[in-house]
Amino acid sequence: MIVSCRNVSKVFDDRVVVDELDLDVPAGQCFGLLGPNGAGKTTTLKMIYGVTRPTSGTVHVFGEDVSRDPRSVRKRLGVTLQENALIEVLSSVDNLRVFGRYHLLSEAEIEARVDSLLDFLDLRSHATLPVQALSGGYKRRLSIALSLMNDPELLILDEPTTGLDPAVRLSLWSRVGELRARGKTVLLTTHYMDEAERLCDRLAILSEGRVLVDGAPKQLILSHLARDAVELDQDPSRHAALLGALHDVKSLRGGRRLIFYGDDGPALLDATRRAGADHEGLHLRPTNLEDVFLSLTGTGLEGGA
Amino acid sequence: MRVSPRHALSVWKRNFALYRRTWKMNLLPNFFEPILYLVSMGIGVGAYIQEMGGTSYIAFLAPGLVAVAAMNGASFEVTYNAYVRMNFEKTYESMLTTPIQPEDVLAGEILWAMTRSTIYGGCFLLVVAAMGLVPPLRALVAFPIVPLTGLLFAAIGIAFSLRIPSIDLFSFYFTLFLMPLFLFSDVFFPLQERLTGVWLQVAELLPLLHPVRLMRTAFAGELGPMVAWDLAYVALLSMLLLWAAARVTRRRLTQ
Ligand SMILES: Nc1ncnc2c1ncn2[C@@H]1O[C@H](COP(=O)(O)OP(=O)(O)O)[C@@H](O)[C@H]1O
Ligand SMILES: [Mg+2]
Repeated sequence: MIVSCRNVSKVFDDRVVVDELDLDVPAGQCFGLLGPNGAGKTTTLKMIYGVTRPTSGTVHVFGEDVSRDPRSVRKRLGVTLQENALIEVLSSVDNLRVFGRYHLLSEAEIEARVDSLLDFLDLRSHATLPVQALSGGYKRRLSIALSLMNDPELLILDEPTTGLDPAVRLSLWSRVGELRARGKTVLLTTHYMDEAERLCDRLAILSEGRVLVDGAPKQLILSHLARDAVELDQDPSRHAALLGALHDVKSLRGGRRLIFYGDDGPALLDATRRAGADHEGLHLRPTNLEDVFLSLTGTGLEGGA
Repeated sequence: MRVSPRHALSVWKRNFALYRRTWKMNLLPNFFEPILYLVSMGIGVGAYIQEMGGTSYIAFLAPGLVAVAAMNGASFEVTYNAYVRMNFEKTYESMLTTPIQPEDVLAGEILWAMTRSTIYGGCFLLVVAAMGLVPPLRALVAFPIVPLTGLLFAAIGIAFSLRIPSIDLFSFYFTLFLMPLFLFSDVFFPLQERLTGVWLQVAELLPLLHPVRLMRTAFAGELGPMVAWDLAYVALLSMLLLWAAARVTRRRLTQ
């Protein structure tokens, strides 16, 4: 295991923020921590790279107890913080150099590393401009480049794509894919379902500091709900009748939304129509992690039902 | 956890890289400030003063103002700048994702504040020497007192910065702490001659008094027993404050 958390809890001023968490990330995998804001994702990551001390439990990274020698563990990993922490008046190249020095790389190693990262994260076009003038997507790519300066075995990404436009997200996903192809282990947090389904071999859904479920995305969907979902946008006063007619089908409701789950999508769609659902606002789609989250917590991942 | 000198140096290099970009804007105002005092007080007020402490007034002012330049050079770094790096720019948070430890961050920042102090104090010492207010050899002896003053005020400043809940409180530090020190620490008049009884001992608590007296001793070229006390004060207070600051830094940065 690259990361192994056993019974880890964190209490801030009498508030339990992470609650008896167990987590294992095997080498070469991409592991996702999912959950709404305040679920304890960032705190969990901080305990893994050893800046926050667990109130109880143990964290091992690369087989070492993180609290015993954080320097030697952090030498081998890279972290992209949730919020960029760049030196705004310096250029990308200078930001990368400063970070290389934090890792005690030689100036020659630094130049070689900067050169390859400028290409890898597509930073070369604005490499010598002060960072303050650059776009959010560029800054995020630079932040990720910083965390790769030491060529880490484990890359920790805290909400790498929050607030970015779809094109930037896609390009970052493909970079993560390339890193995995090179044998790196990736641990990321996100509250985007599509991101988790696309990138992660395994994931854990966190809510209020507890792991609700963990496993492979597909397997989580199948074991908790079913392959397909029929979603209705219907006045809540009509929900009761529909639920009555389809009482043996798994379902979820939130606001105007009513969702039925089944392994045979078209048959399910027919059944809902026969039960009297409006044809408008009715659609068939694959079940996703958002549904799983909704079924476990009663709320959506991005807050609200 | 012990300080790793190489990691502390990488923190220093971060600040240096930034300073290289902005030094022209920073250096000039700071550089002229003590010169303005020297000229206005030394030549202007000095014209009405026969002598002070056995020399011309401008020669009396010079050593104290070198110490003040060293104090100011260190103070800005460990107050506003360090506070912003810790609380707004998340600089330390990002350093701690690497093998850098809180103690390295603190050591790097102190070293950097001492560097700034040495730049300003050193430049002003050169000006003073060029004006013939101190013989070159004595200026050389006086030089190490500059970073020492920087160390003391870096330690005092960081101890303050680590404890305040809001950046607005720095105006208290500058106006109600550094400013009175500047005015009453033997820079403009011989403090001891104006005090009697217990006040003589109370005055010994003033942190700036000791660097000023050391500087004055070096300028005059005469060693007295006070030097040992002044050096001990600067060294002991710096160490005590840094030891406390290391504990707070670790607590603040690692939680
Ligand atoms: N240093 C801290 N002191 C007190 N509370 C904290 C601290 N850091 C985080 N928290 C609280 O812990 C909870 C979880 O935070 P966090 O781990 O950042 O969640 P997430 O990353 O999933 O949004 C939040 O309610 C947050 O306010
Ligand atoms: Mg977070």
